[in-house]
Amino acid sequence: MSYEAWILIIGSMAGITCGVVGCFLILRKLSMLADAISHTVLLGIVLAFLISQSMNGLYMLIGAAAVGLLTAVFVQLLHSSGIQEDASIGVVFTFLFAIGVILITIFADNVHLDVDHALMGEIAFVPFDLVQIGFLPPLPKAFLMLASVLIINLVIIVLFYKEFKITSFDPQMAAAIGIPVLLIHYLLMGMVSITTVASFDSVGAILVVAMLIAPGASAYLLTNKLSVMLLLSAVFGVIAAVVGYYAASYIDASISGCMAMMNGIIFLLVFLFSPSKGILSKRLPQKKLHEQIGK
Amino acid sequence: MNSIMLMLSDANTQWVLVGTLLLGLASGVLGSFALLRKQSLIGDAVAHAALPGICIAFLLTGERSLIVLLIGATITGLLSAYCIQYIVSSTIIKEDTAICLILSVFFGFGIVLLTKVQQLPSGNKSGLDAFIFGQAASIVGSDVKVMAGAAAILVFITAILFKEFKVITFDPEFAKGLGLPIGFLNFLFISLLVGVVVVGIQAVGVILMAALLITPAIAARYWTNSLSKMIVISGMFGAFSGVVGTMISALGQGLPTGPFIVVTATAIFVISMLFAPERGIIAKKIKQKIYYKQLNEAGTKGRVS
Repeated sequence: MSYEAWILIIGSMAGITCGVVGCFLILRKLSMLADAISHTVLLGIVLAFLISQSMNGLYMLIGAAAVGLLTAVFVQLLHSSGIQEDASIGVVFTFLFAIGVILITIFADNVHLDVDHALMGEIAFVPFDLVQIGFLPPLPKAFLMLASVLIINLVIIVLFYKEFKITSFDPQMAAAIGIPVLLIHYLLMGMVSITTVASFDSVGAILVVAMLIAPGASAYLLTNKLSVMLLLSAVFGVIAAVVGYYAASYIDASISGCMAMMNGIIFLLVFLFSPSKGILSKRLPQKKLHEQIGK
Repeated sequence: MNSIMLMLSDANTQWVLVGTLLLGLASGVLGSFALLRKQSLIGDAVAHAALPGICIAFLLTGERSLIVLLIGATITGLLSAYCIQYIVSSTIIKEDTAICLILSVFFGFGIVLLTKVQQLPSGNKSGLDAFIFGQAASIVGSDVKVMAGAAAILVFITAILFKEFKVITFDPEFAKGLGLPIGFLNFLFISLLVGVVVVGIQAVGVILMAALLITPAIAARYWTNSLSKMIVISGMFGAFSGVVGTMISALGQGLPTGPFIVVTATAIFVISMLFAPERGIIAKKIKQKIYYKQLNEAGTKGRVS
């Protein structure tokens, strides 16, 4: 497959995975926790590298999932000791991220792992990093990582769709009918962590937040149905990735940055023109009403 | 020890230390209000949103003058704060999602512009990347004057409006009843918050600036229940973290400053959380134990008699 096609496929897959997971974060008001995890995943990746001395994707996934869960646990601990939630998130993620940056500058300075790469990703190099498994033709590493995470996420969501839905909208009822709310919470946090790592190589730790939150936020303004929201969010993720790639190659700038910008533009369009919840569509009936009253 | 003495006698280091000290002070003071108003994370979004402003200012003027860059950062920072409030007030989207959305999209835009800046012949030496993680070593004497002046103005305005800010923080309804211009005061506070974030990004960097607003303030909260004392303590913690973090990062070659300031601040926070009298975890445990003991004694006495 051509170079361009690989980038488009990898970007779209990141868009789908992030978009789907992001919907649940928005509904459960956990967006900031996702932001925190996307930062602290850096520490997990650095630790995995320092311990295993290799850039093996599997170690990174494990390290990142562990630190991601640790972030969620720390935030929960501080919150339950009486600190308001936004402050607990702020303290935990800045600290873990700072440690990650310090470790990178001290130990991992001259390897492939550098801070800019971690932040911005470099999807342009992803198609060159190939591995061969069994009889399959050589495939890009990022593609395999994203494909496996996408499958894991989809399987979890399909299996626990009802549980996720109820805990998102009515956690009290979920607890009352015996759904393990806490387990579902940490399951979601785990999904966020591995999604972040898988997208890390391509779009970077910070911009993955845009891919997680923006498509879901746009979809949220268009529908009241969870299944439709998930679908729309995935579609927006793909559109942002594809259009973002072409925009980037047109203006010759950071691909992941342009993908994040496209996500922002899609949100802006939906925000203005959404038929039910958009700014303009709310204004129009108001105007009509005023005119009628005027008559 | 010797190397520390040597470092402290260096004129540039002294400048940098003064700069980070004042910065820590100002962010500690404003961070206390932000924390109590539950607006700490808006500071995070504003800091990320400063990146495109810095790049636009550089692209337009073509020179790396701190004041110009800071003006650019202030404009996009204020714009981001305004966008967040507009999205929250006009749609069903909640504040945390709006913050995340604006933060990441603005930062993405900043990264796009940064790649454009680096393609310029003058861009590679511009050192704009230093703004991402903060590089206090890149601060020079004239920068410190700008930083110190701005920090002093911010603290001064906060001191003058202390009473007004106190009222709108704790009892906005009462403030309305008093006839205070709430809309204006809220706007002013956000502007001050943007100001301190913008001043701090050169030393601490856009990603970790939020820590300087949140961590000293939350640490100070453990030591007192009075707002004025909390602000003073938080300012001192912030100043201390700024100085110590800068010194540690100056000991090694090319170490970023921001992360060390954050780690120092977090250490102060952990110490406060454990050892603060009354509200600290250990003090609480001891109190609990004494209480249970008294309860037990009372119980056994009751049974005996």
